[in-house]
Amino acid sequence: MSFNLRGAWSIYQRELMRAMRTAFQSILSPVLTTSLYFIVFGTVIGARMEPVDGVPYGAFIIPGLLMLTLLGETTSNSSFGIYMPRFTGTIYELLSAPVGVAETLIGFVGAAATKGLILATIILGTATFFVDYQIAHPVFAVGYIMLVAASFSLFGFILGIWADSFEKLGIIPILILTPLTFLGGTFYSIDELPQPWDMIALANPIAFLVSGLRWTFYGTSDVSIWLSLGLTLGFLAFCTAVIAFIFKTGWRLRE
Amino acid sequence: MAEVSEIILKIEGLNKVYSAAKGPGVKALDGVDLDIRKGEIFALLGPNGAGKTTLIGAVCGLVRPTDGTITAFGHDLARSWRSARARIGLVPQELSTDMFETVERAVSYSRGLFGHPPDKARIGEILKSLSLYEKRSSQIRELSGGMKRRVLIAKALAHEPELLFLDEPTAGVDVELRKEMWEQIGALRDRGTTIILTTHYIEEAELMADRVGIIRGGRILMVDDKEAIMQRLGTTEAVIQLTSPLKALPETIAAFPVALSEDGMELCYRGGDGSGSGSEEVAALTKALIAFGIDYRGIDVHDSSLEDIFVDLVNEEEAA
Repeated sequence: MSFNLRGAWSIYQRELMRAMRTAFQSILSPVLTTSLYFIVFGTVIGARMEPVDGVPYGAFIIPGLLMLTLLGETTSNSSFGIYMPRFTGTIYELLSAPVGVAETLIGFVGAAATKGLILATIILGTATFFVDYQIAHPVFAVGYIMLVAASFSLFGFILGIWADSFEKLGIIPILILTPLTFLGGTFYSIDELPQPWDMIALANPIAFLVSGLRWTFYGTSDVSIWLSLGLTLGFLAFCTAVIAFIFKTGWRLRE
Repeated sequence: MAEVSEIILKIEGLNKVYSAAKGPGVKALDGVDLDIRKGEIFALLGPNGAGKTTLIGAVCGLVRPTDGTITAFGHDLARSWRSARARIGLVPQELSTDMFETVERAVSYSRGLFGHPPDKARIGEILKSLSLYEKRSSQIRELSGGMKRRVLIAKALAHEPELLFLDEPTAGVDVELRKEMWEQIGALRDRGTTIILTTHYIEEAELMADRVGIIRGGRILMVDDKEAIMQRLGTTEAVIQLTSPLKALPETIAAFPVALSEDGMELCYRGGDGSGSGSEEVAALTKALIAFGIDYRGIDVHDSSLEDIFVDLVNEEEAA
């Protein structure tokens, strides 16, 4: 046996089913939160705002809000997916099974990315009730969403292996991801910031993600789409390498 | 029994030293060599912390050995671990299962994880054999402790392993259920599964095992057929209470391995080899006593169990 496809598929299926079991938490609550943002910032406040780069304010914030939810949800989904078996001890089965790093990642990360895509579809569907918008490059948009979802699932996976308490598990999404996304141009264009804040804002890697996604939607962005794409791919490669290293050394997995 | 059976698992020079985080260089396994034969039930006996679980973990992929080689089904585990693991099942000591999953789904998942195509009929059979079929749609958290343990067994059997590890299968299980578990383990062996179980209930090893290994402080002290261990180290003790004190032993009786108590009221026999020859000798002894007109009012005969042997062995090791 050189690759256990059925094993990977079993993990994938099970992780998706786990999400269905907790559908209220994993689908409904981010949708509700995003809807509230659309109501408050999109329709109520957005009505009094100037368009940004020729895009009405309500529509302008969609990619950023989508990114906010996507990063938070894929990271926490994936980190819980691996942390819980470690916490309850059920990970023994995964470790004793004929599955390696490839099967494990395809299963866990594939499922987290799929959930991210489902979530994005629902959020974009919800958005149509509040604001008018059109997607300029739909194929790029889907591809970019999948790429971001996969990258942050990997990131979450690392987090779930690193964390040895629930507190640590929650701290990165709350203390780092959410603030960086808020400050990363979700609600404004970085070009509009006064100096030196525009430069400082570009030190925030998530600004590149928001900018990239916004380009796929409206064709305008703060930085080149290729820069955003390159950065995301680099992050994906980095996380994959870290996980491969974790499996090789057995760090926090095998005694 | 005499024929040389196929070696299904070969462990050579296995060491495991835990790093400083778990105490400075704790040697959990110390040069373990072990061969497991196809189709046998092998009981690994040892006190708590002897290294039983670490040994199982090293074979099943939960523990990274410091050095040594493990060969399962002819595959070197360090290289062909996928092929080897696909044929090994593990029932862990802790009752760790996904509490919100249903029994049937949990078992089907295990089957898929080990690379087997879905087979509802086979899963049904496994659940029936473990008296879990009626509970197949229940969430695992709704089940009793004994049932949860059987779910773990069902999960380990879902991919039809040829080699099954049972880590303390009856720890914390009541007497009734323990007997049931023994029957199930016996049934598995009858179907050709090789079983390695760890236990600290010696009764369990005595009842179930073909061969017994005794482990302590990470070292295997002894491995042999259960009967051979009993024969080699087993003894029979008999105390014969006399009606009137004896001053000295008649010569014929002194030929038996007996000793007279100080007050001359008791004859203590210690001999035999655990094969039943001890009680035969005691019978011969009593006949000799009658022939000499020495009367007695009671006899206590006690065959040493595996437990006595085990306790002696571990104590000897401690004293050394």
